[in-house]
Parts: sequence; structure tokens; C-alpha cells
Amino acid sequence: MPGKLKVKIVAGRHLPVMDRASDLTDAFVEVKFGNTTFKTDVYPKSLNPQWNSEWFKFEVDDEELQDEPLQITVLDHDTYSANDAIGKVYIDIDPLLYSEAATVISGWFPIYDTIHGIRGEINVVVKVDLFNDLNRFRQSSCGVKFFCTTSIPKCYRAVIIHGFVEELVVNEDPEYQWIDRIRTPRASNEARQRLISLMSGELQRKIGLKVLEMRGNAVVGYLQCFDLEGESGLVVRAIGTACTLDKLSNTSAFLPACNSPSKEMKESPLVHPPSHGCRSTHNSPIHTATGSRLTQNFSVSVPTLIYTGMGSGSAGKEGGPFKTLLRQQTQSALEQREFPFFTLTTFPPGFLVHVGGVVSARSVKLLDRIHNPDEPETRDAWWAEIRQEIKSHAKALGCHAVVGYSESTSICEEVCILSASGTAAVLNPRFLQDGTMEGCLEQRIEEASPPGCGFCHIPYDELNMPFPAHLTYCYNCRKQKVPDVLFTTIDLPVEAIVVGKGCLIQARLCRLKKKAQAEANATSISNLLPFMEYEVHTQLMNKLKLRGMNALFGLRIQITVGENMLMGLASATGVYLAALPTPGGIQIAGKTPNDATYDQHISHMQKKINDTIAKNKELYEINPPELPEEIIGSPIPEPRQRSRLLRSQSESSDEVTELDLSHGKKDAFVLEIDDTDAMEDVHSLLTDVPPPSGFYSCNTEIMPGINNWTPEIQMFTAVRVSRLSTINPTNQTLNKNFNDLCENLLKSLYFKLRSMVPCCLCHVNFTVALPEDELVQIAVTAVAITYDKNQALQANKAPTEKSQQRASTDNEEQLQFPLELCSDPLSSQPFSPAKEVLEGASSHTGIPAAQRDRCNSWIELIKLKAQTIRRGSIKTTTSLEKASPLAEGYLRHRSVPSCTNSTVSVVKMTPLSFLPGAKITKYLGIINMFFIRETTSLREEGGVSGFLHAFIAEVFAMVRAHVAALGGNAVVSYIMKQCVFMENPNKNQAQCLINVSGDAVIFVRESELEMLPVQPSTAAPQPTSSAGDVTT
Amino acid sequence: MSSDLDVFVGNTTLIDEEVYRLWLDGHSVAEAVARRLRGGVLEREGTSVAVLQSDTRDHYRTFQMLERLLHAPPRLLQQLLFQIPPERQALLVQRYYAFDEALARELLGKKLSKGTKKELDEVSARTGVGIRSCRRQFDNFKRVFKAVEELRGPLAENIQQLFLLDYAAIVFFANSRFETGKRRLQFLSFADFAACAQSMMGHWSQGALGEPPDPRAPEAAEPDGDLPKSFLQDLKELKVLVADKDLLDQHKSLVCSALRGKISVYNELEANFKALSRALVNVGGKLTHARDVRDFFVDLVEKVIEPCRSDKWSPGDLRLFLTHYTAARHQALWERYMAAITACLLRMYHD
Repeated sequence: MPGKLKVKIVAGRHLPVMDRASDLTDAFVEVKFGNTTFKTDVYPKSLNPQWNSEWFKFEVDDEELQDEPLQITVLDHDTYSANDAIGKVYIDIDPLLYSEAATVISGWFPIYDTIHGIRGEINVVVKVDLFNDLNRFRQSSCGVKFFCTTSIPKCYRAVIIHGFVEELVVNEDPEYQWIDRIRTPRASNEARQRLISLMSGELQRKIGLKVLEMRGNAVVGYLQCFDLEGESGLVVRAIGTACTLDKLSNTSAFLPACNSPSKEMKESPLVHPPSHGCRSTHNSPIHTATGSRLTQNFSVSVPTLIYTGMGSGSAGKEGGPFKTLLRQQTQSALEQREFPFFTLTTFPPGFLVHVGGVVSARSVKLLDRIHNPDEPETRDAWWAEIRQEIKSHAKALGCHAVVGYSESTSICEEVCILSASGTAAVLNPRFLQDGTMEGCLEQRIEEASPPGCGFCHIPYDELNMPFPAHLTYCYNCRKQKVPDVLFTTIDLPVEAIVVGKGCLIQARLCRLKKKAQAEANATSISNLLPFMEYEVHTQLMNKLKLRGMNALFGLRIQITVGENMLMGLASATGVYLAALPTPGGIQIAGKTPNDATYDQHISHMQKKINDTIAKNKELYEINPPELPEEIIGSPIPEPRQRSRLLRSQSESSDEVTELDLSHGKKDAFVLEIDDTDAMEDVHSLLTDVPPPSGFYSCNTEIMPGINNWTPEIQMFTAVRVSRLSTINPTNQTLNKNFNDLCENLLKSLYFKLRSMVPCCLCHVNFTVALPEDELVQIAVTAVAITYDKNQALQANKAPTEKSQQRASTDNEEQLQFPLELCSDPLSSQPFSPAKEVLEGASSHTGIPAAQRDRCNSWIELIKLKAQTIRRGSIKTTTSLEKASPLAEGYLRHRSVPSCTNSTVSVVKMTPLSFLPGAKITKYLGIINMFFIRETTSLREEGGVSGFLHAFIAEVFAMVRAHVAALGGNAVVSYIMKQCVFMENPNKNQAQCLINVSGDAVIFVRESELEMLPVQPSTAAPQPTSSAGDVTT
Repeated sequence: MSSDLDVFVGNTTLIDEEVYRLWLDGHSVAEAVARRLRGGVLEREGTSVAVLQSDTRDHYRTFQMLERLLHAPPRLLQQLLFQIPPERQALLVQRYYAFDEALARELLGKKLSKGTKKELDEVSARTGVGIRSCRRQFDNFKRVFKAVEELRGPLAENIQQLFLLDYAAIVFFANSRFETGKRRLQFLSFADFAACAQSMMGHWSQGALGEPPDPRAPEAAEPDGDLPKSFLQDLKELKVLVADKDLLDQHKSLVCSALRGKISVYNELEANFKALSRALVNVGGKLTHARDVRDFFVDLVEKVIEPCRSDKWSPGDLRLFLTHYTAARHQALWERYMAAITACLLRMYHD
């Protein structure tokens, strides 16, 4: 009996009137956990009952503790008829299961009903007594910490980053069970909420077990999603990065137990160490997905594009052998893992050595062809297939790892598009292997990759480039080659040297599709996908150029499938990396010469574009230091091939030529206007209005170029549903409508938040859904943060000083040499290719013309790979050891005292992993909540907008209440993973499902910290605002 | 391309003061948008009408959801649905319960009944306050009145506690049903009446004595909106001041000798003293009868203010007279009574 759960029901307030006659309520409470139920007494005739119940005790094993939510139901007692339910509260008790998190859950929770919304509040106290479990073969994974944050959490240090963990569970969707025909909507919704809650618990437990197996103690970058497949089931899946974390307060404490085991594990590369016999018993994954099963399922593997910033070519001659050594080591460390993937987007300094570019893979599946829908095998195999593809793409880019990795799905009827994307990267072996590497090599690695620009250096061999690329010597260190453009899915590394500010860049696209069934539908979708990817890529490129920038971070491409169209929305944050060359402009070329008016028009457009670029450069303060040509070495003369598009194709091979030609052999930045479509495209480029003055926006955590945030933040969610229809929809009109929709939404946000100016919208996250024919739903979650304008200017002047400052706050991982642009960092280096810079520049005169052919052959290779039917693969068991202290790199900010003296404790919410001007002192556990709301009186509730407005506000309220009950005062890394809205105006009905998650934390204002006697975070004071909400 | 659904929800609820005002004034979304446009927000922010419409609708929805909570302000502080900083909450409540004085003046002393509510159309036309706003304010009066009706203890404090604001004057008037609508009272503004109500509550009510009411005393059970019965009963004793000719003469000579040479209207005072004194004392004596209470302000105006005004007393004259008139007698009851009457008269003595 490993655990005892204790629950006390204290009081209720503001209950709804359930008895019309007396205008009062006779309320009592049912407390249910697993199959055990307790009841309080009826508190008669009150809307503010005081139950003050005894402690209800549940004796359960910890597996149950992890899986089950605590379910509290408030009812109105009725002597003559059935008791009426007022509403429910589900409490996830997981945060109580590990020692460092919360010890008690206590506070007011909104009582929630799926039909009526919030109906009063209830005060509950929950505690767990855990007994030590000596059973080695246990099924639970209590004690493994979970973090949504995609970086090493602020008050921890990563001892080892083990690697990728994933899991997936399937169940029948209650909404599609026969019983749903006879039960009430409320019962059906509650069954669904409960099921998802249970499945989430199970999933988390299973992932935890994998982490324990890897000798880790935490999952970072945990992302859990559910797929409503409809008839075929309900899938809950999760990915994350297993780590061994060490609390920073005891950093002096030397690597705990995990050190020795990891060594041992390194020796026997950990594929199912037989000593952990538990694995097969509870891990349901993949037993053997046979080839025949896969062929039974209809599946179209979709051609994949790799966006790189161009890559290849290691350093000068001297760097060569060293690089090889480095690669070999990294390789060996990573090749032990099936999927060397990391869901992290921000890394300890020095972790990222090189970044190759974005790799992504998509696949179209038919859900009604799943052989055994209740079992996870098929979906497991699908994902394994995609991950394999990602891995091979990364390899092709000379990278052994994928960072900033994420997975998503889009479902319409029986068609499902699975997508995965990440950034191919070379990682520092010192972080991947434990201890042993620390010797002379470590030293060299540090030096070989200057922190400010090292990650930009191309990861693979220049002479062995898989595609044509335009390379120059790094504008920062001038030793190694860099691409002219870099695309990534990660956050901007802290050490990166940036010129000016960043900005949000979006590519938006609609493609009409014929309505079709089954295979025909899937085929037509998969035929459209490469074109969409291609166009999205072109748009991003053009928009990046238009802003005078040369790199994209946080790239997220979402392809959404609907009945009769596909939509693509790519968001990223553009920046000017000092290490990369200045981008060239955009040139327009007309196709029909000798037409005066036409030429005039063209030149007019050209002028407009040039003006826009100039204006943008001013707006984003992009004034790169002018470097004399001789110093940099002239850019490698090379036919102007700048776009890097790699694709693998499995369906029709003739598309390869069609697609690839268009971009590979022309100058990507000469836009040819040969028809009206092209004209439209150019116009649409120019319709993106820059944010009003005082506003910046980005979709990454930190806005490049701004670092002086004030503590004022405002997190928000905005949702719009619009009808895109025109009488005769064409791709162009749809594109325009979609574009307008997004632009108007952004405009609306800027207007709403105008009182916060100067401010930046950070982590702007758009999600697109196509709930019905021609209906487009866009949901945006972001946070607006005010910054200090005066300081911003100063900070911008000295980017190098800034990064130095930042580095110096990191206690252990001091960067080894200063980052000044002009200083000679090479003198200290054993390998110093710098002296050869000039010769190097002249000797590497360029990429041989043969490169182009190589590109084609590479594509062929990928194509071949994609065509091979992939067999079921071994489940992920990756372990990546890293023995490096993580320097905590949170920023210090100017702090402003806040006033929090209301009776309800204030809970901040943010999609970022940090709170400006504050220090996170404790992580209280993961918040992962799923709600359904339904109404049969849509008009009375203010129509669709009124309904959804209230629901989103309720979701926020419930998240805040849970955080406050855990003793927290903020949610970081908050994300709304799903918002599924359906309406039936004729029946006056609507339904909405929302899934949110984040990390509950306690933060302390830095101003408050400073006032306290210097003391490590162990004795961190409880924030004042979290008090005052316990009982009355 | 129309947006069927369009919402914005902040973790901290955004409150736009301008839109709140427009909403409180009872404008529809379209009217509010038109007014905001006239305010020049478009030019200032460089945005579009569509954005303004969407923004206005969002705020209106928020206010509609908040309205339920505003009906019981303490609940606004406890609710979890909207995270609103305390100073914003206070602003919401204050603005919601703020009233147009013109409207309040119309409603003073009227029974807050359905009948009165039906007359709001006319009131709206007379005062220029939008009908929707009139109805909201009327409901506010009624809600406050109803909530404190049953409560014991000091009225102003009760209202402060329940509604977090000062609403006492209106409730006091609604409770006592003073006549305020007569033509001769038209020159008095709502502020005048509110000040009078404050003085009367301040000097006459149970809580005003500076000591907690004796729980055994009969008036401890009375709601504070009514003036204490024992006090009103005692006021009858004062009639002797005008009924007894000797006392009246003595009073007159004391006041006159004190004021001789100090007051510009001495002759008029001497001539009118008895009439004025009779009026001042009788107003109090009549307060025991509900029917006569109604005439309190009418009497003061008709029998004190108008005669003085026709004799061209300056406010300073009136103040001097009332001070000495009160000081001429030493009696706690008299001083308590005259303190409020003096304050009322001085406040009301204007054109």
C-alpha cells in the first residue's frame, strides 16, 4: 500500500440556486478516487455551505495515484427526486508525488459543469502520504519530474541530458460509443474529460518509467497532445527530453547517484538492459509492427523538404582533422540512440556546436484503415517511420542530432497528416558523454567554436555538400564557412550576436482541393503538400529578404487539412545574425519586354520593394558594421543559387524535376512576373504591415535585440473563426482572405494592447483549424511584455558587451574568451586557422559546378529512402549522457514593485519559460488540463463569441485556481495545445474542447530578493501574493 | 469576409475606461464605435474600423459578464473568473454605481417602484440621460435600497461595506420619502440634498451619538435609514420654545442683543424673529408624523429661506443668526437638532 491520499472538503461559496422555491441549495459533496467514493453531509439551505468535513482517506498504490485524477462532485440534495449535480472539480495530484514540488493542494477551486460553466467555488485540501516502495518492478514512476519548459528549468542544472522519450496511448472515444446515443451530453462530456485525464496520467507514468530506465529523473520539454480521430479512437501522445537534473541550490553537491550508473550504461548501450525487466510488462508499445500490417494500412509518405541555411564545409585546413575527431565522437555518442532527438529549444552554452537547418517530414494516413484501432501499434509505427525520416534528413545535412523537435497532426474526417520537424544539429560531445571526455579535447572544442557564431558554421564537409550552397567565411570569426541564410526551429541561442531587432515573419497559404474519398483524397493531399512546402519556403525567404534579415528562429510550419482545402501557416522570428552575410535585395523581372507601361509598372514595384527593405532596415535597426571586403574575404563567387530545398519523394518521381528546377537553377530572389498570379504574390509580399510604432513581435522566447523587460506582462488568447468563401473560390482569393484574416488579427492585438507600449509580443503562437467547409479558425496565444525604451537603445549599441555581461553572470560555464568583433580570439588557440584567413578565402574560391549534380543525386537518394517501406522499429530508448553543469542564464531585469493585495491571489500566466524581473524559486509540477464545454442555448449565451469568450475565461480561471492551490503564483511555458470548436446554429448548440498545459511555479520579484539578506534559493521566501487564499 | 467568432481574452482582464463609460451610458456597440471614431482613435492608432468594432464588442461582452458580479461588489473581489487588479476593480464598481445627479435629483424621495421605473422615459427625456443608463441607475438605487433595508447599524457604513461606495444619501431619501419635487424646491440640486442628508444622518441618526447604540434600546432594532424615533419624540419638547411667550421673548432678546450692530439686516431680523423661530422649531416637531416628514424641505424653504431671501439676507447674515440663535440655549437636544438644521439651511441658501 504505497500511498495514502487525504482529502478534506472545507466549504463552498457562491453556489447556484438549485431550489427555486427557497432560492437556496442543499449541497453535499462526493469525493471519488479510483473506485472509492466518500460523501460529506448535506449542508442545508445555503449558497455558502461550510462542510468542514473529516479527512477522507484513500489507500491506493502509486500507479493509481499517477493515473487517476481526484474527482470532486458537488450535488444538490433532493429528497424526492434524483440529486442534481452542480458541477465537478478534477484535481491532478501528480504534483504531490515528488518531493521537491508541492506538499499540499489547498484552495478555492471553481466548480465546473460542462453545460453551465463555472458555478461557484469549493475549498478543498489534499495531501498525499507516500510510503517507500521497495518493489523494483513497480509500474509507477513517482518522483520523475515533468516540465513543459523547453529549456533546462531555471532553478536546475542538467547533469545529463539523456534524450528523446515518447509514448502513445489509445482508447475508444466515449463520444463515439453506442452508449452516447442514450446518455446526456453532460454525461458524455464528463466521460470524455475523465478518460483524457486518465490517459494523460497513464501516459505520464509510462514516460516516467522510460526516464527511470534511462536513469534520469526528469522530463523537460514535455509536450502532450491528443488526437480526436473520431470513430477510430482517441489518441493521447507525448514527447519529451529525458534529463538528470540537479537542484541548483545544492550545486556544490557533486553529481549524485546518477553518475556511476550512467557510465555503466554508456558501456552497454542501453537497448533494453535486461535487468530492468519491468519494461515489457507495462510498456505497451510496439511489439512487432510487421511489414504486412503496414502495407494494409494505406499510407502515403510525403516528399519532404529540408530547409537549410545552407551548409557544409568545415573550417580551414587545420580545423579539419579536429572536426573529424569531434564528429566521430559525437556520432558514437548519438548513434547509440534510435532517435537522437531533443525537444529542447534553448540549450546550455556550448551544447550546440553547429546548426544544419530545418528538417521536416510529413505523412498522410487514413484512419479508417487502421487494422486494430484500439491498440497503439499502428500509430507507433507511423511515428517511428516519420522519425526515421527526420533522422536520415539530419544525417544528410551532416548532423547527428535533431534539436527543437516537435510533432503534430491534422485530422479531417478519416485523413490524418502527421508532421514532425526539428533542426539538424551537431552537438558538443562533452555534453553527450559523461565525464570521460574531459581532457584536452574539451578545451579544444570550446575554442573551436566561438560562442557568438559557432552554431552558424556549417556542419558538414564543404567538398561533400549534398546540395548547392552559397558559402562565405563567417563574418564574425572569419575562420569558418557560414551559409547565407539559416532556418531553425530553436530559440535564438543566448550567445548569438545579433544586429538590430527581430520580427515575426509569417508565410500564409491556401490550396483548394477537390473533395474526395479515402485513397483518392489522401493521394491528392500528398500531391499538394510538396507544393505547399515549397511555396511556404519561398514566401518565408522573400519576407526575410524584405526585412533585410538573414536567419529564422522558432520556425513552425503548420499544414492543416480541411474538406476542400489545405492551409499552410509558417511562423518564425527573423533576425540579422552578425555572423552571416548581408542579404541581397529582391529583384523583379518582367517577362514581357517592349511594353512601356508594363516596364513602368515593374519598375514601380521594384521601387516599392526597395523602399520597403530600406524602411524595414531602419525599423529593425539593422545597421551591420561595414567590414572592408578584404578582411572578410569576398563571398565565394558562385552562380547565384541560394535556395536550399531538398526533398524526398515517394509517390510520383516526375514531380521532382518539376519542383526542383523551379528553385534550384534560378536566382531565388529574382521574382519573375510572368502572370497575374506572380503579380499577386508580389503584392501580398508588400501587404504585411509592420507593427505600429512601439510594438515588436516574435514567436521565440526572447525578442532578439531587446533585453530590458519590465515586469508588466499580459498573456492572452484570441480566437477568430471566419468564412473564407467567395462565390468562386480560387487559390488567389483564398490566399488573400487568409492573409487579411491573419493581418487583421495581428492589428487587432496591437490595438488591444496599445496601453502597454513600448511592448513586445513574445511567443506569438498561431494555430489554424478548418472546422468546416470554408470556415477557418485561428487561435493565437502570446504574451505582451513592456520594455524600457531608453535602456533598449543602449543595449542595442553594444551587443558584444551585452553578451559578455550575460556570460559573466553564469557562474561556471564562463565563456573562454571575449566576443569582441575585432579582437583576435585566435592567439590562445592551439589550432589557429585564422592566420590563413586570407589565403583560405582565396583558396576556397568556390563550390565546384559539379555540386549541382550532387544535389540531384542526393535528392535521388532521399527519394529512394522514402520509397522503401519502413518496417516496425524498436521503440525509442535513447540515452544521452551529459555531465556538464548548466549555467543558469536568466536575465536580470530592472524590477518594479507590484501591488498584490486583493483577496484572490494573483496568478501570472506566460508562454515563456521565465518571468521578466523575477526569479523562479520553485517548480510545483505540471499543469495539464482538458475541458469540454457545451451549450444548448447558444444565442442566450451571447452567440458563439459569448460562448467561447466565457469558456476561455473559465479555463484561465481554473488554471489559476489550480496553481494558487499548489501554492504557486505563476504558470510558465503555458500553451493552449488544442481548441476545437464546433457549432450548430440551427440547433442553437455549440461545443468546444480546450487542452492547456504549463509549469506551475513560485517566483519572487528580484526587487524583493534584493531586499532580503543574501541567501541561496533554498530558503526562498514564499511570495506574498500566494497567501491569503486558504480558508475562510 | 466576416468574422463569425471573434474573441480576445487576457489573463488580466483588459478594461478600457472609455468603452466602459460608453457601455455604462447605454450605447449600443454601433453607437459606441461611432463615438470612438469621433474621438479620433483611428487617426491616433492608425487602425481600422473593423478592429475598433471587434475591440468594442470584446469589451462589451466582458462588461456583460462582469455585470452580474457588479450587482454584488464584494463578490467581484472574491470571484475567480476575471483577474482584475484591485484598483481596476474599484474603478469598475465606482463607475457602475456612479449616478447622474440630474437623474438622482429626479428620483430623490420617490418610491423606487415599478411605477417610477415606467416613468423613466420622461425622466430620461428631461435629464438627457440615456434611457438604458436611467434604468441601470434606477436598478442600482433599488438594489442598494433593498440590500440595506433589512440591515442594522449605521447606514453609510453598511452601504460602504456592501457596495464599497457612498450611496447613503439616496437611500436615506428613498427611505424618508422627503418631498423634493415641488416647484419651489427646483432650485436645489442633488448635491444640496445629498449634503443635507449627510448632515441629518451625521447629527441625528443613532450612530451619530458617538457611542454604540444600546442593544436594548428600541431603536437599536431599527434600520439606520430611519431617524431614531426617540429623538424625534424628544423634538416635540422643543415646541415649548415657541409656545411659551416668555421663553420666546427671552430667546429673541438674547439673539438680538448678540447681533446688534453685527448684522446688516438687523431690523428685518427683529421684525421676523418670531416667525422664523416658530418655523425652525416646528419643522422638527412635525418629524414624528410620516406625512409631515415629507414637508421638511418644503417648510424650510417656504418659511425660512424665502422670507430671508426677500429681505435680502446675505449667507453670512444667515450664518451669524443661526449661530447665535442656537447658542442662546444650552441643551444637548437643541444643539443636536440645530446643528443639522443649520447645516441644511446654509447649504440650501442660494439662488
